[in-house]
Amino acid sequence: MSQPLLEVRDLSLTLSGREIFSIERLALDRGETLAIIGPNGAGKSSLLNTLALLQRPSTGRIFIDGQAAANGNTIKMRRRMAVVFQDAMLLDFSVRQNITVALRIRGVARKEAGDRAERWLKRFGVDHLAQQAARSLSGGEAQRTSLARAFALEPELLMLDEPFGALDYPTRKNLLQDLSAILAEMRMTTLFVTHDFSEIPHLTERVAVLHNGKIIRDGSFQEIFGDSLNLSRQLPWEF
Amino acid sequence: MSVLTDGLGEAAQLLISLDREVLEIAARTLQVTVTATFISVLIGIPVGTLLALKRFLGRGFMVSLVNFGMGLPPVVVGLGTWLFLTRYGPLGTLGLLYTPTAMVIAQAVIASPIVAGFSLAAIQAVPGKIHLQILSLGATRIQYILLLLWEARLGILAAVIAGFGGVISEVGASMMVGGNVRGYTRVLTTATVLEVSKGRFELATALSIILLVLTFGIVAVLSYLQQRRRSA
Repeated sequence: MSQPLLEVRDLSLTLSGREIFSIERLALDRGETLAIIGPNGAGKSSLLNTLALLQRPSTGRIFIDGQAAANGNTIKMRRRMAVVFQDAMLLDFSVRQNITVALRIRGVARKEAGDRAERWLKRFGVDHLAQQAARSLSGGEAQRTSLARAFALEPELLMLDEPFGALDYPTRKNLLQDLSAILAEMRMTTLFVTHDFSEIPHLTERVAVLHNGKIIRDGSFQEIFGDSLNLSRQLPWEF
Repeated sequence: MSVLTDGLGEAAQLLISLDREVLEIAARTLQVTVTATFISVLIGIPVGTLLALKRFLGRGFMVSLVNFGMGLPPVVVGLGTWLFLTRYGPLGTLGLLYTPTAMVIAQAVIASPIVAGFSLAAIQAVPGKIHLQILSLGATRIQYILLLLWEARLGILAAVIAGFGGVISEVGASMMVGGNVRGYTRVLTTATVLEVSKGRFELATALSIILLVLTFGIVAVLSYLQQRRRSA
């Protein structure tokens, strides 16, 4: 049996005496896409930050390809992932530089970084903005740049933290279609956190339901939601 | 009003005639304040960065100390530096008292907390998610700090401007540890005080105007760096 790319065991996070999440086991195989869905305050973003090694867990361990994350290898492990946050966290450079700087951080040669930046900006339809200041972009353009940066990093594991949460409906719809097509083509291992279950079938095959910090269900979209037309009835909270 | 207009006239005359002594005083003023500002940047930015990013025992006290230092009266700094550098002081054997070096030391003591305090505030103003994004890119500690300083650069440049403004305008410390020795430690502020005490208000006004022009020139360059359009 192949090793999961990402695995957590007995992982928990407690902040100011309050348990944010507690997960006995969660695994993600290479090439698999998993959506973690839950209401606001369920602990989704904290879980994603912990899995991305940006937040130290209170207990438990995170394994990447069977290797436990520890103090000595955090940077190395982070370089195998890419994270896209709800608000496109672009640095105060040009659009193109946002990608090349990220790649240079990971030791990619200048020429290769430039080529990748061009390729992925084009793929996400923002290549015409390459020389523009990143902070002057609209929400949709900024999120496309943020996604282009994440894909340009060629991560083994892509983590998306409600990437459409801050976008208006038409922008969200277009970006969702584009991202869906790219993910289907790339077969990139993806962990996607959202509170909007309508986005899930476009991006992932598997769903884990996080409620009050616990994973209460884990299975395929079909297994979790069945054929019900009213998807929200399948979940223990109201949308 | 006539003192001011006469002062303006005399300032113009001193500059046009390239008065050797005035030019020398202006050059020394720049040399001392720029060196002191440079030293304060070398001390203040790392201290501000450390206080902004690291949590350690006594951090709160150190932040209070820096904030307190931002308002240190120059004359008190001058006295403290004088006590250290005087012949019987801990650093008396270095023989630095009444030298431009002593003035640089005193001014660096004045400017360092200002640069540190403003840098601390600038780095703390960078949104927490930007910190996370930089770390998620796999940045090393040094890369992380350099990118944060880049993000905070407007505030950091404000820190440099404030530090420079704090020292080019001070007179107490320079007077106390420099001694206002003609041709050696006399700078524009101490020369102005001297001319006022001698009743030569026109010359004092002229020196003040030259000081203002110099200060404006330097601050304008720093402001340009701060406000210029971001690279495309």
